[in-house]
Amino acid sequence: MFGKLSNMDFHVISQQKPFWLLSLGTLETTAGYWNAVVFVIAFVVIALVVYIIRAFGEKTYKKGSEQTKPFLSGNPEPEKEKVHVRADNLFWGFTEALKDYYTPAVRGHTGIVNDYVYWFVIVLAGLFIIIGVGT
Amino acid sequence: MNFLLTHAPILIIALPLLGAFLTPLISRLHPKMRNIFVLTILIFTGFLTMLLTRDVLANGIRVYVLGAAPSTLTVPTGSIMPVRIILETDALSVLMAMISVSLAFVSALYSSKFMENRTGLDKYYTLLLLLLAGMLGMELTGDLFNLFVFLEITSISGCALVAFYTDRGESAEAAFKYMLIGTVGALFVLFAVALLYGEYDALNIGYLASKIQYSFLDKIALVLLVGAFAMKAGSVPMHMWKPDAYGEAPASVVIMLVTSSLASLYALLRVCFTLYGNVLNTAVVGWIIIVLGVLSIFVGVTMALVQNKFSRLIGYTAVAEIGYMLLGVGVGLASLTNGSIEDYGLKAVQGGLFHIMNDALDLGLLFLVAGAVFYSTGKSDLNKLGGLAHNMKYTTIFFMIGLAAVSGLPPMNGFASKLIIYETSYQLEPLGPILSIIAILSSILMLAVFVKVFHSAFLGPKLKEYENVKDAPRSMLIAMGILAVFIIIFGLFPDTVINTIIKPAANALIDYQGYIDKIMGGV
Repeated sequence: MFGKLSNMDFHVISQQKPFWLLSLGTLETTAGYWNAVVFVIAFVVIALVVYIIRAFGEKTYKKGSEQTKPFLSGNPEPEKEKVHVRADNLFWGFTEALKDYYTPAVRGHTGIVNDYVYWFVIVLAGLFIIIGVGT
Repeated sequence: MNFLLTHAPILIIALPLLGAFLTPLISRLHPKMRNIFVLTILIFTGFLTMLLTRDVLANGIRVYVLGAAPSTLTVPTGSIMPVRIILETDALSVLMAMISVSLAFVSALYSSKFMENRTGLDKYYTLLLLLLAGMLGMELTGDLFNLFVFLEITSISGCALVAFYTDRGESAEAAFKYMLIGTVGALFVLFAVALLYGEYDALNIGYLASKIQYSFLDKIALVLLVGAFAMKAGSVPMHMWKPDAYGEAPASVVIMLVTSSLASLYALLRVCFTLYGNVLNTAVVGWIIIVLGVLSIFVGVTMALVQNKFSRLIGYTAVAEIGYMLLGVGVGLASLTNGSIEDYGLKAVQGGLFHIMNDALDLGLLFLVAGAVFYSTGKSDLNKLGGLAHNMKYTTIFFMIGLAAVSGLPPMNGFASKLIIYETSYQLEPLGPILSIIAILSSILMLAVFVKVFHSAFLGPKLKEYENVKDAPRSMLIAMGILAVFIIIFGLFPDTVINTIIKPAANALIDYQGYIDKIMGGV
């Protein structure tokens, strides 16, 4: 829904009758443009097509029968409450892979208010060097 | 109507201030009457803000001189400089005021049920109105010392509201941190004001902007002001108070704290673009703001990913969101040096300002959802939540809207403002593409953060402990619904919002000469 188009091109196109919709809600973003209304229309059309294709699907599907139960290598299915993945375990791989970043970052957030003020003083010192002395 | 319009700038501040002190009295009559009174005050303040907004957008900057007749007499006869307290409102001021009043209304509406079972609500609503008065004062004043006074009012009332759950030690601790950070920041602001006053014998922003020399003392004042307001806005690495405060305050208070941070961001912009607009080394300060912005985006979003407390997690994403705004306006400021302001700089500022508005709506909605979950389940630990979508259907829908908006998914409002920021920061030489890539990747990571919340709190099987949980009460749903509707409308028609209010606000921010001329007139 966004791409490169010069302002001139855009105005010419949007003034033509079949393209009046383009000018409704169109945002120019210096390098291109964005139109959420067209996006929504495209989304609805695609969803409709998907729904129609889905309607041609397998007719023998029976909801709630044996065929819809999960197959866990022949093991019995555990209770649903027990398979809910809790927040702690989500993105474990991501945080583990970025351990070198996360360990000092989490440790740096000490929760001690003195540290908060230290950071403020450090930033002030940095700004003083750059603005006060450097320029 | 003319009277209202003439005195609108001061009435907008005075109404919530007066309302705040009347609230405890009316509270003695009946709690419902107090709630209606507070909502009426907010509706009337909103009406006045809309009147003023319409006037400013049509006729340009408005000044209001306290104690002068006429109220537009900025420089008294026989004087060469403005001496009275002056409110100066341009398109940016009214944009910020609109955001503050709207969120305050939503907060009060939400509070009517959310805080129902709490005691001390007369003080709660008093502080809420005081907080609003402080923010509005910061946004409408044209006087540097008044800016400090109103900053103090927001800090003190905000601190008391963070500590509102007095039965919890964590709330008191968060409030203490908030108070300390607020006091340190305000002290440095006061120090900077004193430096400028000592040098120029004046406190009026417009007058100071016309006289400022960029001397060594001016530079020190700039450093103090930028540092203090960046800390109050919650920029990395001075952001750590933010998740603490947001994580412990009631949800209805947090959305006010979000707008209070935005008021500090406004003050930062006013200092850089207006007070020092005439003399600032825009490349250096622009890049400082950009670096603070990018750091805030990256650290905010990555730290959010490892949080397990709902509101604290959103607190970290609020840090990241401030980063996007800083990136947008920083690119605009830096572009002033290389002459690209017309090409993409102005658009970058527009993106940053549009994101301020979107951030208030998106984060506001998410905090209210977190509050609704806490209200219904009594828990905010994501490890203990699950399957809430079965019983809290409307809240789940509102969460999905907030999730899409804050993560910058089309067609929501967050996407429109972030797209502008990505495209404009990409064009800034020499590191533009890298800034843009960091911003985009962090936005994707923000989606991952909220997918984690969505999965752990709302999806999954219905858990036994939440079998009888009910959705939030109607007034809370309405408050969330108001924000959701605005998110969708601003997302579908971003051009209308930008052309109506954001573009004039960005133009006003860059036009420091117009700000000065309105004060100095023919002097």
